[in-house]
Amino acid sequence: MANPAAKLDPLAARIAGLSTPDGAGWANEVRGDALSRLSAMGLPRKRDEYWKYSDPTTLNQPEAPRAGLFVTDEAMPFSDVDRLKIVFVDGVFDADASDDLSLEGVEVERLSDALARDIHWARDLFGVLETRGQTPVERPLAALNTAFATDGVVIRATGKAAKPISLIYLHKSETSDAILHHLVKVEEGASVTVLENGPAAARFSKCMEVEVADGGQFHHVRAQGRDHERRASTHMFARLGAGSVYKSFTLTVNGVLTRNEQVVEITGDNAVAHIAGAALGDAASGAFHHDDTVFVTHDAVDCESRQVFKKVLRNGAEGVFQGKIIVKPHAQKTDGYQLSQALLLDEDSSFQAKPELEIYADDVQCSHGSTTGAIDEEALFYLRSRGVSHGEATDLLVLAFLAEAIDEIEDETLREDILTRLQGWLDRHRG
Amino acid sequence: MLEIKNLHVSLEEEDKQILKGVDLTVEAGKVHAIMGPNGSGKSTLSYVLSGRDGYVVTEGEATLNGEDLLEMEPEERAAAGVFLAFQYPVEIPGVGNMTFLRTAVNAQRKARGEEEMSAAEFLKVIREKAKDLKIDADMLKRPVNVGFSGGEKKRNEILQMAMLEPKMCILDETDSGLDVDAMKLVAEGVNALRDEGRGFLVITHYQRLLDHIKPDVVHIMANGRIVKTGGPELALEVEQNGYADILAEVA
Repeated sequence: MANPAAKLDPLAARIAGLSTPDGAGWANEVRGDALSRLSAMGLPRKRDEYWKYSDPTTLNQPEAPRAGLFVTDEAMPFSDVDRLKIVFVDGVFDADASDDLSLEGVEVERLSDALARDIHWARDLFGVLETRGQTPVERPLAALNTAFATDGVVIRATGKAAKPISLIYLHKSETSDAILHHLVKVEEGASVTVLENGPAAARFSKCMEVEVADGGQFHHVRAQGRDHERRASTHMFARLGAGSVYKSFTLTVNGVLTRNEQVVEITGDNAVAHIAGAALGDAASGAFHHDDTVFVTHDAVDCESRQVFKKVLRNGAEGVFQGKIIVKPHAQKTDGYQLSQALLLDEDSSFQAKPELEIYADDVQCSHGSTTGAIDEEALFYLRSRGVSHGEATDLLVLAFLAEAIDEIEDETLREDILTRLQGWLDRHRG
Repeated sequence: MLEIKNLHVSLEEEDKQILKGVDLTVEAGKVHAIMGPNGSGKSTLSYVLSGRDGYVVTEGEATLNGEDLLEMEPEERAAAGVFLAFQYPVEIPGVGNMTFLRTAVNAQRKARGEEEMSAAEFLKVIREKAKDLKIDADMLKRPVNVGFSGGEKKRNEILQMAMLEPKMCILDETDSGLDVDAMKLVAEGVNALRDEGRGFLVITHYQRLLDHIKPDVVHIMANGRIVKTGGPELALEVEQNGYADILAEVA
């Protein structure tokens, strides 16, 4: 307040209230470097190429805009799944609500504990993938996250994790501003499933860096919802070794602003990356803006990547998809696929898509498609002529539209859980 | 059963009259056929009765057992007992045939205040009926009509009809796109459903289908009206002489 210059500098104002947690020397260096990156880049602006369709103002402002709490009797996602629960309340680890952090096949600990020691694999990961992800497109909010994240978990799979690790983000304060940073290392031939759910805070910044070594498998299923006024900026940075598998699915319902970025770099041959999402917004019950920004870089031969993103938008809801496949010169035999589709249930809703391919290799197969459409009236009449009500027929067609994205969830229990969420949302938002 | 009186229908988008005073009564237990040249309004009649958008009724009425059909939503007409076998059955990717049929059967039962069919009972019934129509398990699992041949689509329509057990069955050019064997199969399916309490309105260009589904009454439709009504022999007359003679005679 005393310094008028600070008022003029949005970045200084944004970070004035944040403090850098203390860790081991190396961790402090990483945070210092992240702050330098952030200072060099500045906060995202509406005029930036990848912020054209989403307004970063409320993510940049010093205080988190107030977000009312959402109260529901509905069971939380993944309630029926046998899992290791790790609970964060407004961005702070809650040991009492969490399970004991021990699990066969995997080491789990709190970020602050890991960063207080000198763990070589964590040194190779913390801030490293985020830094790599800053080219070719700057992601200042990710650098801010690395510099100021106060909590998070560190997961190292050394074998087959006995059950999924479930990160539960509870939102209990209307003004909470949470910054979480997670590290995941999947060692050679190991596998782990990470689940995430919950609104987390009034404003949530989350960064997850995932390194999958040769032959490792990382599965990720996320359910973002249902608070209407929550805001979130999330980043997943991944690097994939030879023969590894990375599969991520996100269901998003409600939310005034959600920006989900995924940056996946395939560095080993024969690796597979599938990134999918389904987002449903009904602006009649609160403004809805959802942005998926996905970059997949192929830097090895014989690799496969799929991006499947579907959005169902109603009553003025807004959807954005920005997806890019980059194929480096030697990444031959790449099989790349990108699909982004929106189903607009009325004329007030909108979808902006920016699908991009950047291919420098000559022996590749890459396809992309983006469509915006309405409910098929012929199909709707056909269903109704058989006695199915207008609402139920619309639901059937919406579920059919989303199927290709939902089918990306391999595990049947998790897929059923996500379908239950979806059906619940549809039941509550009948046209 | 079905009573249509002085029905006048225009297209919603353009000021074009398609039906210009149709009078028609189909009694329970009877099969009525409507024949007529292209553009005479046959398909429009089937769509108006089933409640498709895009048409405006400017005059007249249509009732099923005294209930005003024209006031009802398509799903209400279905629950009341109207079934349209489409000329071009719609492909619905992503919706399983079985899921669709079970949803439809139970939606109608619910609308009528009847108990829903259990999954096990439904499976038992549909397997039986599918077998009669030579519809295999794979076709039941696939998305509705997706990748079905013309004949498979028409058989699937008849399967839906058999499962829904409607009171008034309207078949819109069910013979189009069918070879002789497929037509026989479809006709057998229809004949199996012939019943004292059920009426049929069979719309066709050709007499061929009527060799297999024997009508009680044949109507000739032209220029938005029923211009001649007779017995099965009227269909044979059309087959031999075309429509020209009949139209000249009534003009």
